[in-house]
Amino acid sequence: MKNLMTVVDQKCIADKIHEMVLEGDITSSMKTPGQFVHVRINDTTEHVLRRPISIADIDHEHSRFTVIYRAEGEGTRKLSKLGSGDTVDILSPLGNGYPLEQNDHVLIVGGGIGVPPLYELSKQLNRMGVKTTHILGFNSKKDVFYEEKFKALGETHVATADGSYGTEGFVTDAISALDQHFDCFYACGPKVMLKVLSETMEMDGYISLEERMGCGFGVCYACVCETAEGDWIKLCTEGPVFRKGEIVL
Amino acid sequence: MNSSALNITLPGLDLKNPIMPASGCFSFGEEFSKLYDLSDLGAIMIKAATHEARTGNRTPRVAETSSGMLNAIGLQNPGVDHILAHELKFLEQFDVPIIANVAGSAVDDYVIVADKISKASNVKAIELNISCPNVKEGGIQFGTDPETARRLTSRVKEVSDVPVYVKLSPNVTSIVDMARSVGDIADGLTMINTLVGMRLDNRGRPILSNTTGGLSGPAIKPVSLNMIYQVRQHLPHIPIIGMGGISNVDDILDYISVGADAVAIGTMNFTDPMICPTLIQSLDEKVSEMGLDHLHDLKGRAYKTL
Repeated sequence: MKNLMTVVDQKCIADKIHEMVLEGDITSSMKTPGQFVHVRINDTTEHVLRRPISIADIDHEHSRFTVIYRAEGEGTRKLSKLGSGDTVDILSPLGNGYPLEQNDHVLIVGGGIGVPPLYELSKQLNRMGVKTTHILGFNSKKDVFYEEKFKALGETHVATADGSYGTEGFVTDAISALDQHFDCFYACGPKVMLKVLSETMEMDGYISLEERMGCGFGVCYACVCETAEGDWIKLCTEGPVFRKGEIVL
Repeated sequence: MNSSALNITLPGLDLKNPIMPASGCFSFGEEFSKLYDLSDLGAIMIKAATHEARTGNRTPRVAETSSGMLNAIGLQNPGVDHILAHELKFLEQFDVPIIANVAGSAVDDYVIVADKISKASNVKAIELNISCPNVKEGGIQFGTDPETARRLTSRVKEVSDVPVYVKLSPNVTSIVDMARSVGDIADGLTMINTLVGMRLDNRGRPILSNTTGGLSGPAIKPVSLNMIYQVRQHLPHIPIIGMGGISNVDDILDYISVGADAVAIGTMNFTDPMICPTLIQSLDEKVSEMGLDHLHDLKGRAYKTL
């Protein structure tokens, strides 16, 4: 589970958003889109908690994978300073990931830093012959990333809350402008976005949740969420992906 | 490995080595059993058990701080009956003594849980949790008043089939007064629990849903060392399991030096899931490198050399 990876490349791709490519043997165990890695900032004791970051892209041929994260606090800012040849200690792969179903046409909805895991998901669905339409929501033009990459996989629309790029408004505004039938939706983003999607979308769907984590492998009970039955379950081991309606949002 | 230089005998506990995971940082061991053989551990302090199942606090429940973290889990656990039937049953396959952490909202809760859990064949000691800072009722209120702590310890001792260790809270005016008040009833002490703390987000609001949480990790090691040092001066013979921010072998030697008999590893299990077996190995090497007959040759050197 614990592995040392080597940084191949790292760059800033939007405001505070960093894309880091890592190389190492553990990549071969990464199969399901929507899983995450738990990244240790460095080998000192100044940061005792790892950072959960979703896997954005898996390249088995070169034993590499890509993570995209927002450098918001002191820890992730340190992470963003790493360059080619540096090593990173990760726990991986963690969590359940999105189920890959053989549908005709699905809707993929990402909000902000929830966008990254949907890229590997869309790649795998396209490989299966599933048609994907993507809606990516950001606060502003400076926050937009991966639009071209998603466009290469299927129809892609961008919405910004301040209207500085793409459709003005939220992802739901961009979705209502579409007049198409989807068999299923896949989403990752802020809780409020997932809540609105779960309540307004008629078709079946899968959502990926986010929560502050401690251990990342089911020990500390930090990242719990409430099921519709009233049980409090661990997001890191039983999620982060859940079926629409399974979790109280 | 398993050199006799690390064997330690404490009430109820035959420890292969003095290293054990601390309660709340190891759940009930199942997740860690996939990473290494739990029989290598000196003991396991399992997550707190209460009479009824508890769902704990709302999230966020954790926040990182400089060289530490705050947690306010709120004692989420499936209840003592479930723990006896499943979690402790699972641990029977390992050759390792279990120290069961017992918590509650009222004296009777503690008594019921201690009575039941002390009957499990692999539970060799109880750790009385009178110091959890994250629950509204019980927990820390039993651990901040010496007379209340004494009465509770006494009631639990009456029903327990195994030795009772009292987990002391650092959130008190005098740790020595607390230790003394339970010292002649308890079979041992574990110290320390977390320190009450708070962290704000960038809008100036507390991050934790519980507002406050318990601070743990390397940041609290100096506090714990001092408290064990102080208690050891007044209670020279009581067994003490020390904990608070241990991340390497030198930290363990520090704890033994201030008078602890054994140590528990908490927060660093999250940072490095392999830390316990790693420390057991390196402690073994360190002791032979130093040419010691036994780790306890270092016990109390912090005050003995004064």
